[in-house]
Amino acid sequence: MSSVPPDGGEPAGGAGDAAAGPGAVPDAIADAHRREWAFVLAATARVAGDLDLAEECVQDAYAAALAAWTRQGVPRNPAAWLTTAARRRAIDALRRDRVLRAKLPLLIEPDPPVAGSAPPAAGAGEEDGPIPDDRLRLIFTCCHPALAREAQVALTLRLVCGLTTVEIAQAFLVSEPAMAARVTRAKKKISAARIPYRVPGEAELPDRLDAVLTVIHLLYTTGHTAPGGPGLVRADLIERAIGLARMLHALMPDEREVSGLLALILLTDARRATRADAGGRLLLLGEQDRSCWDREVIAEGAALVREALRGARPGRFVVQAAIAALHAEAPSYAETDWPQIAGLYDVLLRVWSSPVVALNRAVAVAMARGPAAGLAQIGELEADGRLAGYRYLPAAKADLLRRLGNQAGAAQAYRDALALTDNDAEREFLARRLTEVTGPPGD
Amino acid sequence: MAEYLILIAEDENAYAAATPDVLQQVMEAHMRFAEQVPEKGGKIVEGRALQPTSTATTIRGDVVTDGPFVETKEAIGGYYLIEARDLDHALEIGKLCPARFGCVEVRPIRVFG
Repeated sequence: MSSVPPDGGEPAGGAGDAAAGPGAVPDAIADAHRREWAFVLAATARVAGDLDLAEECVQDAYAAALAAWTRQGVPRNPAAWLTTAARRRAIDALRRDRVLRAKLPLLIEPDPPVAGSAPPAAGAGEEDGPIPDDRLRLIFTCCHPALAREAQVALTLRLVCGLTTVEIAQAFLVSEPAMAARVTRAKKKISAARIPYRVPGEAELPDRLDAVLTVIHLLYTTGHTAPGGPGLVRADLIERAIGLARMLHALMPDEREVSGLLALILLTDARRATRADAGGRLLLLGEQDRSCWDREVIAEGAALVREALRGARPGRFVVQAAIAALHAEAPSYAETDWPQIAGLYDVLLRVWSSPVVALNRAVAVAMARGPAAGLAQIGELEADGRLAGYRYLPAAKADLLRRLGNQAGAAQAYRDALALTDNDAEREFLARRLTEVTGPPGD
Repeated sequence: MAEYLILIAEDENAYAAATPDVLQQVMEAHMRFAEQVPEKGGKIVEGRALQPTSTATTIRGDVVTDGPFVETKEAIGGYYLIEARDLDHALEIGKLCPARFGCVEVRPIRVFG
C-alpha cells in the first residue's frame, strides 16, 4: 500500500494531532472500529468480490492505520481513509492471484439507477470512485433466509459488527472451533449457492427485513438474559444490538418496523439498571425502582413508538414497543394501564401468532381482570403443548397460583420452572419464591 | 446465470394412494410450472420423474442391495435442472415447483475449474 494518504486522508488538524496524547491514535482506531467497521467492510466487499478477502483487507487497513495516523494525524474521515486503504489492498490481492480468487465471486447486483443522478464519470475506477454505502447489502446478505438463524446471528456479529470468532463464541457459549465452523460454512454457502449481495426488492422486503430485525432482537435478548452462567446482562451484546438498530434506523428511516425495533430495545434497556438488585438478584417489573429508569431513553423510545403507530396495521415490533412504552411510562406497576396492554396483546397476536405472545397476554389479562382469568388462558396454553419446556410458562403460572393462595400448586410450578433454567440469577429468583410458598427449608 | 437442481422429495405412499383425478392435477401443475419458469426469467434445462424407491438398487463397494440408500417417509421422486440468476431467483422458481405431498430442495450445481 502506498504511503500517499488515500481519499479522505486530509488530516483533521495536521500531523500535530498525533501528539495530542499518547492514546489518541489507538482511541481513534478503536472508535473507528466500533463505528465504521460495517461501512468499511461493506464497501470493500464490493471490490473484493469475496467476503473472506474483504475481511482480511479491512483488518489490514485497521492495522496500517496505527502507523499512518500516528505519522500523519487522524484523518478527517476515518471511514473513507480505511475504505480506500482496504479497497486498494483488495485490488492488489486480486491482481496478484486473479485465478485463485475468480472462482466463485460474491454476486454483486449493480446499483439501481437513482433518478436525476449524473452517470459516473468515464474512466472512474472502482479504486478511487465515490464510496457507496453498502451496509444494507451487507446486513441483508448476513440475514438471508437461506442461512440458519444461528448462522445469521454469527455472520452479523462477525461481518457487520467486526467481532472476532472468539468473542462470538463466548457470547453464545459455543466452543471457538464450533463457532469458526459455523461462520465458515455460512460464508461458503453465500458464494457457492450464489446468495446475492443486494438489498431485496420491494416485494420481498417485508419478509427479509423481518429476518434482519429478528436477528438484532435476538442479539439484544441474548445480551439481556444470558442463556446460562453468571450475570444477567451481557453488556457488549446489548450495545451491539442497540448500535445495529440505530444503524438500521438511520439507513431506513421510513420503515416503521425498524423504528419499532429500536423503540422496543430502548424502552426495555432503559430499565436495565433495575433488573437485578445489588446482589445480582432478579427483580420483577413490579419490584423495580422506577426512579432509576433512564427517562431520557424512555422519551426517545416513546417518541419513536408514537411516530411508528401512525398509519394502519402496525407490525409486531411496533406493537411490542407500544406495550413497552405503556410499561415504561406508568407511574407504578399497579397504576399501569393493564386493560390497554391486554388489548395490545390481542393486536399483537393477530399480526404475530405465537404461544409466547399468548403467555404474555395471559399475564396482562391476570393484571387487568384478576389471576383466575390469566390462569385460565395459561391452562389453554399448557394443553396446546407448544410451550413445553419454556421456562417462563411455569414461572408465570406459579406467580398466579401464589396470588390465588394455592401454595402447593405454586410450589410445584416453581419447581417445574427451576428445572428449565440454567441462568444463575433466574434460578436464584425462582428458588427464593419457592421458599416463600413452602416455608424455609427444613421446616 | 447459474445452474441449480430442484430435488422433489415427496411421500411415495401418498402417490400410491392418489386417485386418477389427483394424479391428473399433479401433471397439470408440472405443466404449469414449465410455463412459469421462463416467465420468471429462468430456464428448465431438464426435468425428470423417477420410479419409486421400491425399484431402487444400492451399490456400496461391491455389495448390491435392494432398496434406496436411506429409507425415509419422503423420497426423491423427480428433479428439475434449472438456470437462474442467483439463489433468490432459484428460490423464487423453487417456490413454484409442485410438491403437494412433500417439499423441494434447491441445490447449486458445482462448477469445476
